[in-house]
Amino acid sequence: MAATCDVIVVGAGPAGAEAAMECARHGLDVVLIDEAPDAGGQVYRATPKGFRTQGPREPEAEIGDDLRKRLADSSVRCRFDTLLWSIAPGYRADLLGPDGPSSEEAPIVVIANGARERVVPFPGWTLPGVIGLAGATVMLKSQKVLPGRQTLVAGAGPLLLAVATTLRKAGGEVAGVIDLASRREWLATVPATISRPDLLARGIGWTSRLTLAGVPMRYRQAIRRIEQAEAGKLRAFVGPVYATGAPVAGTVREFVVDAVAVGNGLAPASEVTRLLRAEHVYDTVQKAWVPQLDEDFRTSLPGLFVVGDGAGISGAAAAAIDGRRVGLSIAFDADRLSADNYRAQKRTLSTGAKKARRFGQAMARLMAPRSGQIAAIAADAVVCRCEDVTRAELDAAVADGATSPNQVKAWTRCGMGPCQGRTCGDIASALAAAALGQEAPPAPMTGRSPLRPLPLGVLAGDIDYDDLELPPPAPL
Amino acid sequence: MSKSLPLDAAIIGAGAMGATVALHLARSGMRVALIDRGEICREASGVNAGTLTLHMTRAALVPYAMKGRELWLNAPNWLGMDVGARSAPGFSLAFTREELEMVEKRAEARAAMGAPIELVTPKRACEIDPGLNPSMIAAAFCELDGHVTAYMTGRAYRRALLATGAMIMENSPVTALDREDGLHVIRIDGGAPVRAKRLVLAGGVWLEPMLAWLGLKVPVKTLINQLVVTERMRPVMRSVVGIANGLLSLKQFENGTVLIGGGWQGNGDRVRGGVETIPKNLIGNIQLARHAIPALGETRVNRVWLGLESETADALPMIGEIPGHEEAYVIGCVHSGYTSAPYMGRLLADRILGREPEMPLFGPARLIQKDKNMELSA
Repeated sequence: MAATCDVIVVGAGPAGAEAAMECARHGLDVVLIDEAPDAGGQVYRATPKGFRTQGPREPEAEIGDDLRKRLADSSVRCRFDTLLWSIAPGYRADLLGPDGPSSEEAPIVVIANGARERVVPFPGWTLPGVIGLAGATVMLKSQKVLPGRQTLVAGAGPLLLAVATTLRKAGGEVAGVIDLASRREWLATVPATISRPDLLARGIGWTSRLTLAGVPMRYRQAIRRIEQAEAGKLRAFVGPVYATGAPVAGTVREFVVDAVAVGNGLAPASEVTRLLRAEHVYDTVQKAWVPQLDEDFRTSLPGLFVVGDGAGISGAAAAAIDGRRVGLSIAFDADRLSADNYRAQKRTLSTGAKKARRFGQAMARLMAPRSGQIAAIAADAVVCRCEDVTRAELDAAVADGATSPNQVKAWTRCGMGPCQGRTCGDIASALAAAALGQEAPPAPMTGRSPLRPLPLGVLAGDIDYDDLELPPPAPL
Repeated sequence: MSKSLPLDAAIIGAGAMGATVALHLARSGMRVALIDRGEICREASGVNAGTLTLHMTRAALVPYAMKGRELWLNAPNWLGMDVGARSAPGFSLAFTREELEMVEKRAEARAAMGAPIELVTPKRACEIDPGLNPSMIAAAFCELDGHVTAYMTGRAYRRALLATGAMIMENSPVTALDREDGLHVIRIDGGAPVRAKRLVLAGGVWLEPMLAWLGLKVPVKTLINQLVVTERMRPVMRSVVGIANGLLSLKQFENGTVLIGGGWQGNGDRVRGGVETIPKNLIGNIQLARHAIPALGETRVNRVWLGLESETADALPMIGEIPGHEEAYVIGCVHSGYTSAPYMGRLLADRILGREPEMPLFGPARLIQKDKNMELSA
């Protein structure tokens, strides 16, 4: 292959942007790709062009603006509004951008494509008006749009408080916060959060303000099902759960609301490394496949790195520091800095990363989907929302002899829709493993291109039939 | 597997060919095992385009493909499950003078072998399928085409085989073949060896290394066929569409997705499988597809994958006894193999059961190369 640059970085969130800038600082030619119109990723998302916001700015906005300014001042070649749709060994990144299909080639690739949101299915989670917690964050942050006048917030982890607080700030009403975790589980995270007193204080502030405002906070409870109610509203049934997440007998309350924001944490977006057939390990706590990495974020494939939440959920602060660490390693491998210099800088960064990661990982544990919750998924609950595949259908495929998530996919169409299993793959795999009596599924679903659905007409472009390059005819 | 009770037959390779042979032998009362290194029908038989078309079948194989097509359409009756096989009209389109010549020649050769293919005008073609691009010059038309949802194949065969009492040994990679006490001994990684009176090799592109277990050198070419499926979309076509040179196969399933195939190549080999899509070939394939059915420009490409197709030196199948080896058989390398698999498998099962097959088999002797090293080691 003919390299078009030294390093390709996929994803311009904190991990990718910092990795790109660190490489560029040491004289490497870096191309940074992101499908969004600007850098920042999900947490430091830029305000869309033409939008202006009023009122006090969140700390994330400042960090994001600083990141974008530093990136603009660097020699990193940014390709925004550009989709990575495939990647080939060696490496060739196949792209679709504002000017149509193109590719970049480099011996080194850093994948920093972050996380994807997970919802443990229950009947009704696919109804209009039910959105993910992370999805709600994007709506509120990026577009300042409320999902509804009155919203029920449910699931697990710090996003619950963040979403509830942001909803209220934006003028919405929060009908309740339904938390899978107990108060004690939250308290247990305090030692880890002390490393980030700013975030700890913010979390306490969020909780007390929500309580003061009279927002019902229900701990160790979960949504059992949601039904469509009168006048376009939703009726959510909320009941108590065991520590495993499985429902337990007790009072079931009804909430009639416009919208429900529900989520069970984040999982690494592993589709790029799965497409490249890199080695992965199964994280039994997060119930997700994670790329196998060494301490410098190297995958099993030469020249391929994964950093940020894509390497395991650790949060934005850790992602930024780890991004710099990856950049340093790449620059060192390329003889762009001395061994002493490399070691000194790496040591400083590693200390910071450790603190940041401790906080991020404590939060990730809190929001991990729980075994009892998955085991209790109702037979009629849709697991694959693209293809409307229910849990009963998945179980039937295993009963018919499927021994891998790939065979389950073939026999049910679970994961064959536009999301390509990004939403349902982990849950379907966990269900299959449980049905087979295994702790972990035997292998992840095979990664396939395109990594995002591609507009066929755009990819094909305008071409005359006479200009088509056809291979030789098939034998008669 | 106790030594005292050998199986009647062991079939290695759980694709549609091997599974069909196993099913017919088991239904005839034989004790059989179907063995695969992976799961049933997870390679070509589960990932091919599922085209039941005579337009793309090699002329010599047309009579077999017509039988196979009927069997797929009747799957609920003999296989016990609907695998989504549907009859649909089929076209091979010509957009240029050269293509028209090719279409005429190819239609004639296939019609001579019994395929009911006729040439129709663009107007007639568009009456049958209004989704077609009216800028064609002519089209070859065949009423007997159709399609199958290939990914359901394994589920259907697995159920049917279990009902016969056949053993299905998945995730059981074979490492070597031996001969002991007049029996075939199949060595399996991580499992007890299987002993059987008869051996059937049904490994598709892996038939070359499988035959090498027996000391035979038979080159098998591996094609890395690219397949593309779109998102669900409104009904835009009702026929199976190809073009003159055979480089397109296009059909819309009941669920609204459109499958685009035609044998455009990706990178890979039989050791690593399909490794990567070649963007130029993906784009070429969809450009051709959109030219045939212009409405495809509205949808999105949802998934691309690669399936391995096998081909012998003369591009004709090998089905029959393996020369020099007692009670050993081979089946595979059939062009349009998915279409004819239910029939080809039945023919070989008939031969194994001592019945005269309805149509001639394709003995592998013609394909075996003399190789000194191999002879010495064998």
